[in-house]
Amino acid sequence: MVSPVVFWVVAVLLVAAALAMVLARNIVHSALFLIVSFIGYAVLYLFLEADFLAAVQVLVYAGAVSILLVFAVMLTRRGNMQESNLFNNYKVTGALIAAVLFLLIGNMVLNTSWAISSIAAPESTVGPLAELLLGKFVVPFEVAAILLLVAMVGAIIVARGVKDSK
Amino acid sequence: MITLEHYLILAAVLFCIGLWGALAKRSAIMVLMSIELMLNAVNINLVAFSRFLTPDALVGQVFAIFVIVVAAAEVAVGLAIVINIYRERQTSFVDEFDWLKW
Repeated sequence: MVSPVVFWVVAVLLVAAALAMVLARNIVHSALFLIVSFIGYAVLYLFLEADFLAAVQVLVYAGAVSILLVFAVMLTRRGNMQESNLFNNYKVTGALIAAVLFLLIGNMVLNTSWAISSIAAPESTVGPLAELLLGKFVVPFEVAAILLLVAMVGAIIVARGVKDSK
Repeated sequence: MITLEHYLILAAVLFCIGLWGALAKRSAIMVLMSIELMLNAVNINLVAFSRFLTPDALVGQVFAIFVIVVAAAEVAVGLAIVINIYRERQTSFVDEFDWLKW
C-alpha cells in the first residue's frame, strides 16, 4: 500500500500537468505537459502494483506517442508558436459538459458499494500476464498485432499521399 | 489509506480535463492529445479495478494493454490524417475542416 502523502503529491502533480496542457497557449508546451502527465500515469501504475504496465506506459507513451505528437506539431506549424493552441468558441460550454460529467461519475463512484477483495496482488505481473496473453487471450493478442500492422501501413499511405492513377 | 474510490475520482478528474480539451481546443493535434489523456484515465480505472476487486486475475491489466495498443494505432493514423489535411489546406484547426459541410 502506498502512503497517502505520496499519492496526493503525485495526484496533484498529475492534475496540474493535465490542466496546464489544456490551458497552455503554445502547443509545444502542451505536448511537454502531456509527457509529464504520461509519467505521472506510470507512477500511478506502480502504486497499483502493475509493474509491467508502468514500464509499457513509459516506453509507449512517454517514448513513442509523445515523439509522434511533437513530430506532427513541427510538421504542421505556421508562423510563430506563441498563439498556436487557442480555445475555440466552446470554451465555457465544453467546461460545463466536462464538469457535469465529472459530477455524474463522482456521484456514481461514491454511491456504489465495491466488493473490495483482500487477496494480495502477485509479486511480479510479467509472468502471469505473459501466460494470460499467450494462453486465454491469444486470439485478441494476434488480432491486436494485425491491427498494429494495418494501422502502420495505413498511416504511411495516408501521410505520404496517393499519386493520381493514370 | 488510499482506497479504490481515490483512484476512480482521480481518473474521473483527468478524463473530464481531457474531455474539455477535446471539445474546446482549435488545433486538431491538441484534440488528439486530449484523447490520449482520456484513454490513459480509463486505463487507470481498469488497473485500479483489477488491483482492488480481482487482484489474482489480472484481466484488467490485459485489457489496459489492449487499450494501449489501440490508442497507439489511433494516434498514428490520426496524425497521418492531420498531416495530409495540412498539406492540402495549410491549416490544422478543426473549425476549418469543413469539406463535408457544404
